[in-house]
Amino acid sequence: MTDIAENGTEAVRGVAVTLNGRVIDAQPGELVINAAERAGVYIPRFCHHPRMQPVGMCRMCIVEIDTGRGPALLPSCMIPVAEGMVVETESPVTRKAQDGVLEFLLVNHPLDCPVCDKGGECPLQDQTVAFGPGESRFVEEKRHHEKPIAISDVVQLDRERCILCDRCTRFAKTVAGDPLISFVNRGNETEVNTFPDHPFASYFSGNTVQICPVGALTATPYRFKARPWDLDQVESTCTSCSVGCRVAVESSSNQLVRYLGVDVDAVNWGWLCDKGRFDFEAVNSENRLARPLARQGDDLVEVSWSDALTKAASALGGAKERHGSSSIAVVGGARLTNEEAYAWSKLARSVLGTDSVDAQMGDGLPSDVVLGLPRATIDETCAAGTVVLLGPDLKEELPILYLRLRDAVVNHGLNVIEISASQTSMTRYAAVSLRYRPGEAAVLVQELFEHAGDVDVQADLGRARALLEANNVVCVLGRPSVAERADSVVQAALRLRSRVPGMRFLSALRRANIHGALDMGLSPGMLPGRVSLEEGREVFTEAWGQLPGSVGLDTAGVLRAAAEGRIQALILVGADPLADFPDRDLARRGVAGAGFVLAVDCFATDSVRQADVVLPAVSYAEKAGTTTNIEGRVSRLHQKVTAPGTTRPDWMIACDLAERLGGDLGFETAEAIWDEIERLAPAHSGLTAQRLASSEGLEGIVAAGPSSILETTMDVTATATLPVDGYSLRLVSTRKLYDNGTLVQQSPSLAPLAPGEVVRANPADLDRLGVASNDRVRVASSRGAVVAPVEADAAVARGTVLLAFNQSGSGAADLIDVSLPVTEVRVETVGIGDREVSG
Amino acid sequence: MAVTDAPKLITARFDQEDAHTLAGYESSGGYTALRKALGSAPDAVLAEVKAANIQGRGGAGFPAGTKWGFLPPDVSPRYLVVNGDESEPGTYKDRLLLERDPHQLIEGVLIASYAIAANQAFIYIRGEMPFAHERVAAALNEAYAAGYIGRDIMGSGWSLDVVLHWGAGAYIVGEETALIESLEGNRGMPRLKPPFFPAVKGLYMQPTIVNNVETLSNVPWIVNNGGAAFAALGTDESAGTRIFALSGHVRRPGVYEVEMGKTTFRDLIEAPVYGGGIRNGRGLKAFIPGGASAPWFYEEHLDLPLSKATVDKAGSMLGSGAVVVMDETTCPVRAALRVVRFFAHESCGKCTPCREGTNWLEKIMHRIEEGTGRADDLDLLLDVSDNLSPGIAWPPRQTTICPLGPSAVSPVASSIRRFRDDYVAHIDQGRCTHD
Ligand SMILES: Cc1cc2nc3c(=O)[nH]c(=O)nc-3n(C[C@H](O)[C@H](O)[C@H](O)COP(=O)(O)O)c2cc1C
Ligand code: SF4
Ligand code: SF4
Ligand code: SF4
Ligand code: FES
Repeated sequence: MTDIAENGTEAVRGVAVTLNGRVIDAQPGELVINAAERAGVYIPRFCHHPRMQPVGMCRMCIVEIDTGRGPALLPSCMIPVAEGMVVETESPVTRKAQDGVLEFLLVNHPLDCPVCDKGGECPLQDQTVAFGPGESRFVEEKRHHEKPIAISDVVQLDRERCILCDRCTRFAKTVAGDPLISFVNRGNETEVNTFPDHPFASYFSGNTVQICPVGALTATPYRFKARPWDLDQVESTCTSCSVGCRVAVESSSNQLVRYLGVDVDAVNWGWLCDKGRFDFEAVNSENRLARPLARQGDDLVEVSWSDALTKAASALGGAKERHGSSSIAVVGGARLTNEEAYAWSKLARSVLGTDSVDAQMGDGLPSDVVLGLPRATIDETCAAGTVVLLGPDLKEELPILYLRLRDAVVNHGLNVIEISASQTSMTRYAAVSLRYRPGEAAVLVQELFEHAGDVDVQADLGRARALLEANNVVCVLGRPSVAERADSVVQAALRLRSRVPGMRFLSALRRANIHGALDMGLSPGMLPGRVSLEEGREVFTEAWGQLPGSVGLDTAGVLRAAAEGRIQALILVGADPLADFPDRDLARRGVAGAGFVLAVDCFATDSVRQADVVLPAVSYAEKAGTTTNIEGRVSRLHQKVTAPGTTRPDWMIACDLAERLGGDLGFETAEAIWDEIERLAPAHSGLTAQRLASSEGLEGIVAAGPSSILETTMDVTATATLPVDGYSLRLVSTRKLYDNGTLVQQSPSLAPLAPGEVVRANPADLDRLGVASNDRVRVASSRGAVVAPVEADAAVARGTVLLAFNQSGSGAADLIDVSLPVTEVRVETVGIGDREVSG
Repeated sequence: MAVTDAPKLITARFDQEDAHTLAGYESSGGYTALRKALGSAPDAVLAEVKAANIQGRGGAGFPAGTKWGFLPPDVSPRYLVVNGDESEPGTYKDRLLLERDPHQLIEGVLIASYAIAANQAFIYIRGEMPFAHERVAAALNEAYAAGYIGRDIMGSGWSLDVVLHWGAGAYIVGEETALIESLEGNRGMPRLKPPFFPAVKGLYMQPTIVNNVETLSNVPWIVNNGGAAFAALGTDESAGTRIFALSGHVRRPGVYEVEMGKTTFRDLIEAPVYGGGIRNGRGLKAFIPGGASAPWFYEEHLDLPLSKATVDKAGSMLGSGAVVVMDETTCPVRAALRVVRFFAHESCGKCTPCREGTNWLEKIMHRIEEGTGRADDLDLLLDVSDNLSPGIAWPPRQTTICPLGPSAVSPVASSIRRFRDDYVAHIDQGRCTHD
């Protein structure tokens, strides 16, 4: 039954249900428990969770429901409303049944609330206090289990407290797709546990702690750190990657102690990945930079802000004066808020006069591609006719996007075409998974449309073509591997776009606020609001006073120029090229070759240690502002704790530097910066602070569509790169969720989870090369060599080797030469003799 | 005494040595019903089964023809699942049907599958019945080889595959939705009804008919002789014959196929061809009329006919067809404890009231039987029972997902109602008064 409402949309007329004698208006298909809650009647529950299929197991929510055949006790979490249904949540029969269930739940429950992390925010405790029998009628010995057992590195399970509601196990199986915890044994002996020798090693394990309705599951980073009543909370957005999950940040005594996922429809549905959930430890870290540092010979010594700023300003001013603005470069900025990125963009362009600014670290995609392609939101992607994945392993780099897509595939039949160099976590969910030779993504796409390619892949190509006929195709586009140049991936994407009318794109670049940084112009040739330097010249010259005359260098270009002595001042804004740039040799030469290095950072990274002046910045949860996710969704960040030492927000540092250089960015507050963004940046026009602070802004607001900046002059015929010789393999280097980056390494709970350096190759290739699995091998490219253990892995395509980026050890960055399209390597066993020689 | 002259419909071959072989089965009329069924339209076969008015023999007694009619039209694939998990204490009729006449079941499976337009059937056999498993496996192989199962069966254009599945040892898997879960490779835990009625959302979420071994074993006879002939046996309400498994303190425990409605409990327990009376000439204390889940009956119920409606009305059920006799020397507390312990042990643990409640009941019963009961234990037992099965009524209501939880209430409530004095004596004297 539908009506046409006044605004022209179809309004569904509700279902009339009598709830405790009152007629309420429920939505068709709505569960009784939800309809009642909307009508102000809260039915107690334990197993029901709004983001998972109901199981009706705990029986706490049973109420009398009459559908015409007399009242029956039914679980309100399983029963959809029906016209004329009569529901009694307070009748004596309902009361008695619910009291009975509560008593059953307590007969074997330890009720050790005073020493339980959940105490104070526990529904079971609350129910017991409110309705429970004062005294237990159960006089026998309670069920005993060894108290808490570690089911993973970060999660502990106290089986005595578990009420077997199946939330954690259901989550693991149906939401995360990591069915590593399960009920074991039967009846009264039932318990949740892992399988022997298989810990609950899921990137999403922390969610089970959040949704456990009792204190059975606890997270190691939070255990015994605080009591719920001591916690302060603000809502914010996670910036550990660029998905933009909404999060409640909690502190106690000015220390971050816990993050909880906040349920927003558009993004994370309440879930967080474990990296995002637990890396608050890095913010609390003792190793944070707290005071400015300046170089004295080989050492960095603490100095005052005034001295540090003077020193920095004089070096920057001197460089500009003597060598011109193009001798200054700003690298980094993906860690900043939008406001801070804007301030740095303005500082670089209008005060330093350089366009050599780049928030990407050579592991992204050209900014005109990221900003210029027509966009799709996460919701739109999940509802697409077909999704093409051409990017990284989403589970490793954008975990919650992975969960959303997995859900769309498993529960809503989304068809995914994966185009990748190696199997990924999405491969098993893909309708078609196509392998391309590293560096040749565009060749594969060409074959796809030209019906070329090997016979054995024809069937797959045919299926992919058929799926691409669907309406509404979305491409999730990122960088599949840093061991190949971006060109071929971009060509592949553009070719797809030209062959699939109406195709839209969702970016899969992973760095925190990389999309905000690009939006704010932290990219050569770009100005705030997704306009090019030329397009925006008039408006921004007027507003900012001056703009650089021509397009500057990207990070690789900056490092190359620095290595050649053409960069007099290099500013690293939260950037660590020595660890984070794909080509370490170039990064090393670049940082060493720059005349003066200024680093603004939270930690003394490898690159920071090479700097001449170091300015300590405040970190996540220590500042307010906005951030922008993969969709272009702008949401607010809030401050929860005060920053250590004399650290300052990055926007303020930009203002301070401008002032020392005789300029004035014109900002007293971060809010003032946002007002200017809203006024000047075309894509952000109308996105007022007021709107962002309103209820509309709770899940963030997507900044208006792309501009016309994408002018591609890319080569249209894809060419295959010839292998050097029959023994070489092509390197694929991707990221793992846990790596050697500061966020993970400065979080004691996460640091040990980084898998370390392992080379993976197809067993057939290893056979051919006479290398055995688990051997130590030397992987050598034209750039350098890495020695690491090798594992045979059939998931790795033949002809390639996989080496994760930025793990402990020397790493893939030692092998990659960013000037080459692909990284060819040779793999050989390290003999005893070799080791002696090297050792 | 009413030992009727009704024919043996499904135990007729129990004395035939080679009945389990294809040759033996065919020599005594086997697979003629299949040929006949395939010669008529599926709907016509369904109509015969409806006309027979045969009630399911697995416990709930739901008419099979009506159930088959519940399948939504035009949804495929659809499945037939044979429930051979027989584990209700005292029930051992399906095992004999499987061991002694496996082809009869297979023929029933074929005809039923044809009638409901299924192309895939599953036979689920309890894990503790290896001999039955072996016999059915051999019979399936023979039937495949003979072309009774497989592609284009007997030129009809209709095909069927039958999968034999061996259970892993849980009573609860006899409950049809738990059986489906188990077949799918999951833990054997029931699903909720609604919404998971097998006929609509069953195996792999497809329409599924689950029938008991005995129910399906009747189908060849019904097809050969007509639904009307079956309905003519027994009474209007409870048609045909049925196998009862008699055990406990009788002289001749065993399985007996009797005509429904025309035979009484007394006949079954006392007739020389059946139970032959209580052993040692003792008197009757109580009997369980239909499996461990059923409320107990006593002397005054002996003359009730073996008919579903009558037994239901008297406050119990024919259930799985297991009649367990307790003579006058039986300690009712210990007997009830045994039954409760069974259910507590077999609770799957999925829902709170059953997982915790059956166990709690067992613990209280245990301490009473051991002599450490307390004065208020009887009230406690009844109140815990009430929280599992509100009102302790018949048919039972439940706070649980499936009927297993309330099943544990039957022995407790029955024995307390009838033998309260025995309980009080246990508590007062601090020992079992029957030792
Ligand atoms: C706890 C429980 C145990 C059951 N065990 C069995 C069993 O062992 N065998 C059986 O056929 N039915 C059993 N049933 C009944 C089945 O759920 C189902 O009703 C039956 O298999 C349907 O077949 P029918 O209609 O042919 O009787 C059980 C039911 C419950 C609630
Ligand atoms: S551990 Fe928590 S979430 Fe998991 S089943 Fe037990 S009570 Fe439920
Ligand atoms: S997916 Fe990204 S945004 Fe979401 S919690 Fe993880 S790191 Fe944070
Ligand atoms: S009543 Fe018992 S057997 Fe049935 S679902 Fe609940 S716990 Fe399992
Ligand atoms: S909340 Fe409905 S049964 Fe658990």
